[in-house]
Amino acid sequence: MAETASPPRREAAGAAPGPRRAGWRRFRGNRMAVASAVFLVGMYVVAAAGPRISPYGPNAVDILNTNAPPSPAHWLGTDENGRDVLARLIAGAATTMTVGLIAMVIAVGIGAAVGSLAGYLGGWADTVLMRLTDGMLAIPYIFLLLVIVAVFGASFRTIIVAIGAISWMVVARIVRAEVLRYRGLDFVCAAQALGATPARILARHIIPQTVPSLLVAATFGVANAILFESALSYFGLGIQPPQASWGNMLSNAQAYVWENPRLPIYPGFLIVCTVLAYNFLGDALRDALDPRYRESNV
Amino acid sequence: MAGYLLRRLFQAAVLLWVVSLVTFVLIHAAPGGPAMLQNPDLSRDQIAQFRANLGLDDPVPVQYLRWLRAALHGDLGRSYNTVESVGRLLATRLPNTLLLTGIALGLSLAAAIPLGVACATRRNTAFDRIIAGTAFLGISTPVFWLAIVLLIVFSVQLRALPAGGMYQVGAAFSLGDRIRHLLMPVFVLTIANLAETTRYTRSAMIGALGEDYVRTAHAKGLSGPIVLFRHALRNALIPVLTIVGVYLPRAVSATAITETVFAWPGIGQLAVQSTLSRDYPVLVGVTLAVAVFAIGGSLLTDLAYGLVDPRIRLG
Repeated sequence: MAETASPPRREAAGAAPGPRRAGWRRFRGNRMAVASAVFLVGMYVVAAAGPRISPYGPNAVDILNTNAPPSPAHWLGTDENGRDVLARLIAGAATTMTVGLIAMVIAVGIGAAVGSLAGYLGGWADTVLMRLTDGMLAIPYIFLLLVIVAVFGASFRTIIVAIGAISWMVVARIVRAEVLRYRGLDFVCAAQALGATPARILARHIIPQTVPSLLVAATFGVANAILFESALSYFGLGIQPPQASWGNMLSNAQAYVWENPRLPIYPGFLIVCTVLAYNFLGDALRDALDPRYRESNV
Repeated sequence: MAGYLLRRLFQAAVLLWVVSLVTFVLIHAAPGGPAMLQNPDLSRDQIAQFRANLGLDDPVPVQYLRWLRAALHGDLGRSYNTVESVGRLLATRLPNTLLLTGIALGLSLAAAIPLGVACATRRNTAFDRIIAGTAFLGISTPVFWLAIVLLIVFSVQLRALPAGGMYQVGAAFSLGDRIRHLLMPVFVLTIANLAETTRYTRSAMIGALGEDYVRTAHAKGLSGPIVLFRHALRNALIPVLTIVGVYLPRAVSATAITETVFAWPGIGQLAVQSTLSRDYPVLVGVTLAVAVFAIGGSLLTDLAYGLVDPRIRLG
């Protein structure tokens, strides 16, 4: 670790690298982060390859072989309906990773819009938007999630939108703080003087500055979205069977712990690993991109 | 100071109003209706009668204003399912949740602050990395999964602890019995809150240890522990307090899940049940009660700043 931490500093004394390259270097020096990134890329490849590498269909039933232990035919055994666990985990990877990614995109989109409007317009708009943000933050996420999903039905689309719709508040706060920081700076004044519209100034001049913090928030956002989906599944309001998700495999396995205590282990393990990888990644990105955290952590 | 408090209390009231509005509109804007009315034994006339009695046929703004007027008079309505008064339900359930959450929050702070300080002073050593890794593991584990694994091991396999509830049914109150019922839920909740607080204490302490006053204190010849605890920690506690305030609603979510898994009769469990059965008055009441605590918590943390750091003058 000491080895990897010193070269950027020596270089900073000589020809200073750009902030982006320096950030990339710091990121590469973090072994946990690189391992996490490799793991996640692997998971996405598995999710995308899905049916092509899967030994069976995720809902193919081997009725004579229910709750089977691992064997050459079924590497991880079968579940209570005789479905191949590995095949369902692969199908579940696609579901879970998709939920995480799209929900994060929605959350970042809403958060960036709310935060930048509040920060840039200020005054009344700021007060209303930020009080709304505070109000949403003061309601525990599980109530919001359960209400939205119980009300609009537990479809794949509703779940993604619901998770996105309850996760934007932290992003909004971050973006607002950044916008306030840049709003008074010279390059923004210059753009205003040239007659650029507020929308253009936000989109072209201010929001690009917030990309590093958004990237960090987005990474943590995917991790949380995956946890939210599994929490919803626990209450029976997650992705609905027979479509496989790690969350519903986990909550489903709970009913069969007597017959098959192995079942909850696999999806739980994958959820923990994936969320952990995203959290490590987010932490490393923050160290690499955000000077405030870098100084306090080196 | 009095002016500041008044202003904060006013803001808190506005925030509570926003929370009630968001919850009310959200739940009423939806298709469907209370699960109680989905009962197939009810005739169409009976359902219509119920809807009329409950005022569900009025426009949502009218319903909201009616609810708001009653709420301002201290009446939160009655449960659709059990006809109990929401105020009474909250009064019986809230102490149970406070007991559980209070112990868990206290324990997690008691563990997280020393751990965070230890990590900050041993920064980038094996100890620090192991604690950081464990903290990440804690953040990344679904709460209900941890709870279920504990249940399987301690209640099912070892038969050492009760699987749920708050006391043994039919037995007289005993402290030992209560503690045995508290052990697993408290452990799950402590873990859920511990990780985040440890991480924030660590980074706040690292920041504080780099400050000039810490170097000065060392230069004056003060002993290590005095510098660490009396100088650095006091300053580091401010961001930690903020985080505890901000994460309070999140801790409530963890509490709701834990209470459901362990059948703990608190408001978290009540909230989940009322959401699933669309018991509107109970759900709105619980959400408000939780918001009161969350908002009150953030007000208290702001007031605590002044105690931790005398330089901070509120006003």
